[in-house]
Amino acid sequence: MVNVKKKKYYLCYFVILLTFTLIASCKSKINHLYEIQGKQININESFETDAEIDAFVSPYKNHINKDLDSILAYNPITQDKSKGKWETNIGNFFAETTLLMSNPIFFQRENKTIDICILNHGGIRAIIPKGNVTTRTAYEIMPFENSIVVLTLDGKAIAELANYMILDKKPHPLAGIKIFLEKDEKTIKRIEINQQPLDQNKIYYVLTSDYLANGGDNMIFLKSSSKNYDLDYKLRNVFIDYFKRVDTIPNLTEPKIIIE
Amino acid sequence: MKRRNFIQQTVSSSAFLSFSGLTLSSFTTKKTKKITILHTNDTHSHIDPFPVDHPKNPGMGGAARRANAIQKIRQEEENVLLLDAGDIFQGTPYFNYYGGELEFKLMSMMQYDVATMGNHDFDNGIDGFYAQLPHAKFDFVSANYDFKNTILDGIVKPYKIIKKDGIKIGIFGLGVELNGLVDKKLYKETKYLNPIEIAEEMTQTLKEQEKCDLVICLSHLGFKYTNAPEKVCDVLLAQKTKNIDLIIGGHTHTFLDKPIVETNRDGQPVLINQVGCFGINLGRIDFYFSSDKHYDTKTRNIIL
Repeated sequence: MVNVKKKKYYLCYFVILLTFTLIASCKSKINHLYEIQGKQININESFETDAEIDAFVSPYKNHINKDLDSILAYNPITQDKSKGKWETNIGNFFAETTLLMSNPIFFQRENKTIDICILNHGGIRAIIPKGNVTTRTAYEIMPFENSIVVLTLDGKAIAELANYMILDKKPHPLAGIKIFLEKDEKTIKRIEINQQPLDQNKIYYVLTSDYLANGGDNMIFLKSSSKNYDLDYKLRNVFIDYFKRVDTIPNLTEPKIIIE
Repeated sequence: MKRRNFIQQTVSSSAFLSFSGLTLSSFTTKKTKKITILHTNDTHSHIDPFPVDHPKNPGMGGAARRANAIQKIRQEEENVLLLDAGDIFQGTPYFNYYGGELEFKLMSMMQYDVATMGNHDFDNGIDGFYAQLPHAKFDFVSANYDFKNTILDGIVKPYKIIKKDGIKIGIFGLGVELNGLVDKKLYKETKYLNPIEIAEEMTQTLKEQEKCDLVICLSHLGFKYTNAPEKVCDVLLAQKTKNIDLIIGGHTHTFLDKPIVETNRDGQPVLINQVGCFGINLGRIDFYFSSDKHYDTKTRNIIL
């Protein structure tokens, strides 16, 4: 009797132990990470083009190409940001077009008129070649998603803007402003806003990109804006809308920085 | 007497323990297991390959070729995980025209498992991202973006656990500071939380509680900032945390020749890999596991 009872105990222990061991071996780290291998695989022409993916992409691609390549206007002279010391035709095109397209929106919303447009030379990403102009042209000259914003600056900030232009010596796109220089090309004689002398105490409305308004290209004078108006209008869409409106792209050569 | 009995029983139970341990390990026929991680980052809507006359990346990249490369590996390997470290959106007209639909559909066709969110994935706003999610048959993870007061609440989760061949893999996401990088209008009420602190919580959950065999961080923090050495990055993340096995990075478009090894807070190795951008490279990391106890005390052999 005693023996049987003892055996039963052992069996019970065995079951408990087995269960415990099973749980323990499941929970304990039985997966030892003992080796790691790593490398980069260059995706190049040695790999085949997956037919399923290629066929799937095709209609999307065709639609985009058709849309991007439809002719919107004609450009008689190549516009190039590398041709010009104080201004370029494409720079003038950027600033004048943006001002022209934005003013009606700003006037409608705020009943105010924008005085100046300033953009950056580095933001012009391609030439506008002589020939047909398409939506693709707009993507090439402006691949970024930047939107335009109207800033509220006083005359002192505008004077700083003029100083920046002369020190930076880059043909940044400008419209609505003229900076007159001495022959030394360093000293500012006077500044005109829409043919009127700059008034240090007056408030001016300045159109720029959100990139520059947020401190891009170190145009810190833009940071003194007392009020910003987002136009929710992408710079690229400004150009696309303009291309759709006109037949021929103008060649704008009027100087904005003038040596007297 | 009773005491003697107890000792006897203990002796016999330890005998049982070691015996059953032995039997159990001999029951498992497969002693080594292999997990293959494939990954991309910053593909930026690059669906077509670069043109053959491209000055920097001639004929490189392309979704259809990447799919072929992945397919070939899937034929050879049983346990493949395909991951992405963010910035899927923005970079070609495919994004401007379709808002990310095609990117997500192609990644679904390639059977991506998990991705994290990069700053450019907010480019059409948090609503624009949300609108494309039905096209993604994979999950997004982000642990340090608090989406509580946004449309993504409960949709983008902090981590995901995947089991492959009995190996438990925990994957969590970390994103870059959005303020100053992305317009507030786009990310709305998304709150950025300290990545190091969150990584601490995540590894606690994944390693200590969930007992994951492998912990992977999908990071869009950036590899390293030489001009701002204090700025949180993958290298600092690796050094300041523990229990992360692999950091798959993004954001800085860093083309590493091969994955690098950093030492974590516990003196353990952490792998970091980033494959540049635009789908030019695909990263591959193979993890080998063994149930053999003699590996218990051994350090990992890392072959790069």
